[in-house]
Amino acid sequence: MNAMLAPDAPVVAARKLSKVYRLGEQEVHALRDVSFEIGRGEFVAIMGPSGSGKSTLMNLIGALDTPTGGELHIGGSDISKLSSDELAALRNRTIGFVFQSFNLLARTSALNNVMLPLTYAHPRRADAQRIASERLTDVGLAQRMDHVPSQLSGGQQQRVAIARALVNSPSLILADEPTGALDTHTSEEILALFKKLNAEGLTIIIVTHEPDIAAHCKRLLRVRDGQLIEDKLL
Amino acid sequence: MNFIEFIKTALVALRLNVLRSVLTTLGIIIGVGSVIVMSAIGSGASLEIEKQIASLGTNQLTVFPGSMNVGGRQGGQGSAPPLTERDLRAVRDEVPGVAAAAGNLNGSVNVVIGNANWVTQVNGVSAEIQDVRGWPLEAGRFFDPVEALSGQKYVVIGSTVARALFNGVDPLGSTIRLNNVPFQVIGVLSSKGQAGGRDQDDVVMVPISTARSRLVGRIGTSDQIGQLLVKVDDRYDIEQVQQQLTTVLRERRRVQAGQQDNFIIRNFAEFLETRSATQRTLALLLASTAAISLIVGGIGIMNIMLVSVTERTREIGLRMAIGARSGDILGQFLTEAILLCLAGGLLGLTLGVGISVGVSTFFNWPVHISPGIVAIAILASGAVGVLFGYVPARRASQLNPIEALRYE
Repeated sequence: MNAMLAPDAPVVAARKLSKVYRLGEQEVHALRDVSFEIGRGEFVAIMGPSGSGKSTLMNLIGALDTPTGGELHIGGSDISKLSSDELAALRNRTIGFVFQSFNLLARTSALNNVMLPLTYAHPRRADAQRIASERLTDVGLAQRMDHVPSQLSGGQQQRVAIARALVNSPSLILADEPTGALDTHTSEEILALFKKLNAEGLTIIIVTHEPDIAAHCKRLLRVRDGQLIEDKLL
Repeated sequence: MNFIEFIKTALVALRLNVLRSVLTTLGIIIGVGSVIVMSAIGSGASLEIEKQIASLGTNQLTVFPGSMNVGGRQGGQGSAPPLTERDLRAVRDEVPGVAAAAGNLNGSVNVVIGNANWVTQVNGVSAEIQDVRGWPLEAGRFFDPVEALSGQKYVVIGSTVARALFNGVDPLGSTIRLNNVPFQVIGVLSSKGQAGGRDQDDVVMVPISTARSRLVGRIGTSDQIGQLLVKVDDRYDIEQVQQQLTTVLRERRRVQAGQQDNFIIRNFAEFLETRSATQRTLALLLASTAAISLIVGGIGIMNIMLVSVTERTREIGLRMAIGARSGDILGQFLTEAILLCLAGGLLGLTLGVGISVGVSTFFNWPVHISPGIVAIAILASGAVGVLFGYVPARRASQLNPIEALRYE
């Protein structure tokens, strides 16, 4: 899928993107006619108060959900045309998720946590181990590979999660409040790591409600009442 | 995900909660264990009975004189004319597939030596009885065909009789009195033990001609035989030999076409068939016990798997977000359930074998664990895993990843 993407094609392309939920009789317009593109190597913050449609947009970009109107291309694929298995494969190869609460498997070593996406992509086990340990080294945890999450600090756990997001060489990193569970100092460290990865050419999208975090990014998308109300470079 | 990864993932998950895993499979363990023990004891007992029947001979036919219908009055068994030495020769010579045939004339005698006496069964037999029955001797020899037909006063005694009358003294060459007729002991039979509640060793054997003239003969019959014992050649079908035997005997005994046989042929194979019908009932009972305990065990597995799916909702959401297809999740939980059940089955098997060995050691019961039962136990516990693991696994695979990730 990556190979088919032209070098200058956008990683995310939304055209008149809509999402309508049906709650009994009522229709809830979570997103209305949202259009934007995110190109390769961008570092974007998506902001908005709760109920703004921010989470819906994130789920769509993460290929966890499909739109009810408009088009959304992720890594060159129109996600509304994909089956659920194809969506799973797209998430596996194209998107690296980072969550607020890390979502690491308990009582499982950092190395095995990082290898998890690879078990759904079928490389050889030796390759999987090599790649996973390289990514852990990249995030500065070469000495902690055998530690389980409970033996790691919050910042270290989020680094493991970032290594996991990187392990399949995705086209984009989608981070949902990645510093929400961390103190200020650790948050700075994580943001510095994101900046370093972006400087190496990786596309990163951070969903946040904190202006301080958004200020580290290069572009800001602001959502309110299901609509894109601001799109500016920082 | 491939098969090995499914198993690895499942093992990791099960190891994280060993106590719960073991408790969950307890139903399966006890179910499989008890089935193994019951079947081990059951088939041990039936093998023992089969061995006893085999010691009587499964390739044997026994012919008795039957009943006779005189003017509408049906006589009792043995009311028909007795079998004779000539019948015996005809059977031996004219029926194909007869490996050996011997006559037998039984009665009861009082055995005396010195001031010791013993009442026992006397078998007047042809020398060929050894070809039919093949009863090894502990000491001495058996009488030969010429001696058997010439009225020699030789006797071969069973081990119970030897113990009762000789009490450790070598009986060979001694003279004992059977119903006051002196006989010379020429052999001692090896011990055969009990069969059908009767001590097979409480017997003395004498030549059939001697028995006829001196011990148990009916007055006025010079060559009668009580029973005719036939050993069928293994290469022949016993049913066919029995049919030909019937034809020859009907002709010799002048039974008209359409008339009832005036003799009875008993076949141990028929006896075995009745027995195997009983065994089928027992097996059915065993199978239903097993099925019930496996179903109960399976419900336990399903229950705990449903709990496990709920507990691990976030993990499932995460796995889906990073690329697990619903088939991967289904396979993961199904593998877990199957492994649980198989482990339970294996533990139950070990337990069952252990108890069976214990029973055979301490109570000295015959036990037999058939490979078939072992295979069925393992397969059935795997099948329970598939059957009862499917619902929880399917529920896991149908979770919405967004909601699963948000689950607290």
